[in-house]
Amino acid sequence: MNLHVTVNNEPKEFICQPTDTLLDVLRREGYSGVKVGCSNGDCGICAVLLNGRTVNSCVVLAAHCLNKKIETIEGLSKNASTLHPLQKAFLDEGGAQCGFCTPGLILSAKELLDENPSPTEADVREALSGVICRCTGYVKPIAAVLTAAEEMRGGKAATKAA
Amino acid sequence: MNNSVALPFQKTSVGTSPWRVDGIGLVTGSAKFTDDMFFKNLLHAKILGSPHAHARIVDIDTSEAEKLPGVVCVLTHKNVPRVPHTTAGQGYPEPSPYDAFMFDTKVRFVGDRVACVAAETVEIAERALKLIQVKYEVLPAVFDVREAMKDGAPVIHDEPDADGIHDRKHNVAAHYDVEIGNVANGLKEADFVVEEEFETQYAQHCPLEPHVCIGYLDDNHRIVLRTATQVPWHARRIVAQCLQIPVNQIRVIKPRIGGGFGSKQEIILEDLCALITVRTRRPVKIEYTRREEFIASRTRDPSIVKMTVGVKKDGTFTALDQRVTSWTGGYGTHSLTLLTNVGSKTLPFYRCKNVRFWGDSVYTNLPVTGAYRGYGATQGAFAIEQVMDMIADKLGIDPIALRKKNHIQKGETNPVFAALGEGKEGHDNPIESCGLDECIDRAAAAIGWTQKHRLYQKRDPNAKIRRGIGMACLMQGSGIAGIDMASARIKMNEDGSFNLLMGATDLGTGSDTVLAQIAAQVLGVTTDKMLTYSSDTDMTPFDKGAYASSTTYVSGGAVKKAAEACREKILKVAAEMLKDDVANLRCENAKVISKSGKEVPYPNIIQRSLYGQNQFQIDGEASHLSYVSPPPFAAHFAEVEVDTETGQVRVVDYVAAVDCGVAINPKLAEGQMEGAAMNGLSYALCEQMVFDERGRMLNPSFFDYRLFTTVDAPKIRTILVETYEPTGPFGAKSIAEIGINGPLPAVANAIYDACGIRMKKAPFTPERVLAAILAKK
Repeated sequence: MNLHVTVNNEPKEFICQPTDTLLDVLRREGYSGVKVGCSNGDCGICAVLLNGRTVNSCVVLAAHCLNKKIETIEGLSKNASTLHPLQKAFLDEGGAQCGFCTPGLILSAKELLDENPSPTEADVREALSGVICRCTGYVKPIAAVLTAAEEMRGGKAATKAA
Repeated sequence: MNNSVALPFQKTSVGTSPWRVDGIGLVTGSAKFTDDMFFKNLLHAKILGSPHAHARIVDIDTSEAEKLPGVVCVLTHKNVPRVPHTTAGQGYPEPSPYDAFMFDTKVRFVGDRVACVAAETVEIAERALKLIQVKYEVLPAVFDVREAMKDGAPVIHDEPDADGIHDRKHNVAAHYDVEIGNVANGLKEADFVVEEEFETQYAQHCPLEPHVCIGYLDDNHRIVLRTATQVPWHARRIVAQCLQIPVNQIRVIKPRIGGGFGSKQEIILEDLCALITVRTRRPVKIEYTRREEFIASRTRDPSIVKMTVGVKKDGTFTALDQRVTSWTGGYGTHSLTLLTNVGSKTLPFYRCKNVRFWGDSVYTNLPVTGAYRGYGATQGAFAIEQVMDMIADKLGIDPIALRKKNHIQKGETNPVFAALGEGKEGHDNPIESCGLDECIDRAAAAIGWTQKHRLYQKRDPNAKIRRGIGMACLMQGSGIAGIDMASARIKMNEDGSFNLLMGATDLGTGSDTVLAQIAAQVLGVTTDKMLTYSSDTDMTPFDKGAYASSTTYVSGGAVKKAAEACREKILKVAAEMLKDDVANLRCENAKVISKSGKEVPYPNIIQRSLYGQNQFQIDGEASHLSYVSPPPFAAHFAEVEVDTETGQVRVVDYVAAVDCGVAINPKLAEGQMEGAAMNGLSYALCEQMVFDERGRMLNPSFFDYRLFTTVDAPKIRTILVETYEPTGPFGAKSIAEIGINGPLPAVANAIYDACGIRMKKAPFTPERVLAAILAKK
């Protein structure tokens, strides 16, 4: 079947089987930033944004995404000079260790910050709770999201101006 | 961080936390992990696992599977070389028994290899597995080490060609017994004796990236294995052994790795991948599912640790006896060394003249255990650090005071180091840096020890929710002394950048960054000038691999020496250019500067060297091996809330202070502590592999095997206590493992402080805690 979707703001036409998951299709089409961790919807590292909401792409049928907007980690920024504040904060704070779950964490955080620019630590914990990370102990990813939120609110710029 | 320690060098790159050298790729999704390179014409292989815990394969018929369109290759014991080996990626000769085969005529745990099918798609391979007819003779199985050691227990390894098994009739894969002084006499001298037994559980590493390997042939028909491994060189050697081909026919490439924690210190998929590649001449991928990762990769070895400690009224120890019985599962990979590390990483910590370590690692028909962050020390610390609290309780003194009175100090050594090494005698290990007292004091202050310990209960003895606080002290090592070697090469490029080629295996810890910082510090540049490439058996020099907390300390030693060798050549050329003596020159800010103030930038130096006069490649190569393994030390403190009606334990505060030597990259060092401590907390409170009466794991998914997420994770605070380790690169020690050992004893001690119950069996699940509370009433 033909699948028309928008991936990272680019219209795409994919050919897929009715049984293909969104994860299968995205990886097959070269979006290798979408990782496979459990294929069961349990670990959250394959999370992508589907019409702005995080979904575990391993348990979403590709066909379900017809005409929808998909955002993967590749959509935030591909190069060092134009990093999204979340990507930069993950680097600044040491929020990525092995990096395998990082796309899932960053996209979960993006969904949060798109809706709530001033999250509390508890909000951040709730937003990231669908993603398992074994390396970091979550301390630095949480710090990174709070830092990015501040950055996006212009917090640092405001402080500097003051 | 405390910066009061005097250093014999000025920190430039060392001591900073720049972006990871692989960071951009990790946060943008462009980093290429094993499975992120796409191969045309790729075959997919799946493994048929045994449904029985213990059975003989009487017959196996693959004809129907082979007929299935799309099936390209089927492997069973009938058509592969039979070579006894160990899957443990350890230095050669490995201290583990040779009791594994690519395929055997016997299966020894549920999930053990029976056959492997390579096909055009995963679905075809899976369908083919179902068409393989296997006739099993089911054998009696044994799941508990105590039962397995008895006379008449089913003998799990009865194959005559296995080698190095200690006592196969009693299923003892490995045994060790060493005594220093005389423990019996020591116990007689004691004013009192504490004797207690502790038991830990089966758990899995849960790297988010499961085991995965892709094999293909290069232009010259050599096998290339692109694999998620912590041990590229050991993998190459063991695959060559299994396939009976020369090492030179294999190249192992380790791309970015999605975590390992010890599970990838094993050769689990590479042998199959290599053989299928050779037989089909096509690229092939084998990837474990999450379920397979749980049952058929490797796990934490559960252990029964019995401590018998003789104590004088003044708190000195007259005897320390540690008896360990551990599960090695169906195969003895790492059995001996996991066993001895229980003692070697805990017993030298306390001064005592009479010490005995003895134990057995025992086969059962449960999943194979193996290296897991902490490597025996986790199990040992759970026992010894609770016993310390019990002794302090009897003496009526603060547990901190007991530890401070007895723990090893700078300038001391302990005879256990020499008596108990990696499954054999070790090396003396004089302690040249120890910041433990500072760790204890700063962590105690941070968590409020003196305001809380033993005081909560007094305040409100009948509260439903009780608070308590506990602590534990820890040590690990930095690499395996006298055994494990690392090497590195650095070459200079014409723009003044460097290629840092190293065997060291970054499995996600950030070691590429740490090692780049060490090289950058020597050469007076920033890490962005250090182009790292690691772990490719064709392209980089040898390294033992990433295990035993060795990368910063051992590989870092090699990188530092290589950089110094490179610097020497830079200075020599610069001396010619500046017409000055090398002794007057130094490397700084990508320039060579003379005492007289003259300077020449790196690009000019290398351009002259490559294109100008006396041409040669400016480079440096070095190897490093250490005969000491300086321990990092740590003090962990936990504050808990125990619900006495439900048994639920909640960690409300956790402080981990570690003496890491000089922190090469403080952010990454903290990250190691935080990740390890969280894994330890999750292990202490909820993680366990559960088996039914036939040895089948009941919870092989993240849905049923619970590990902490952000909403379960308590607050963790890390304190880096800096010391200077003179044998380490820029004073550094390795700290990848130590942090996982603290939570079990610290939380257990906190639970005791909260409600007077001793948790001698982990994990501390609500039902277990509640049962202990009810039993006390």
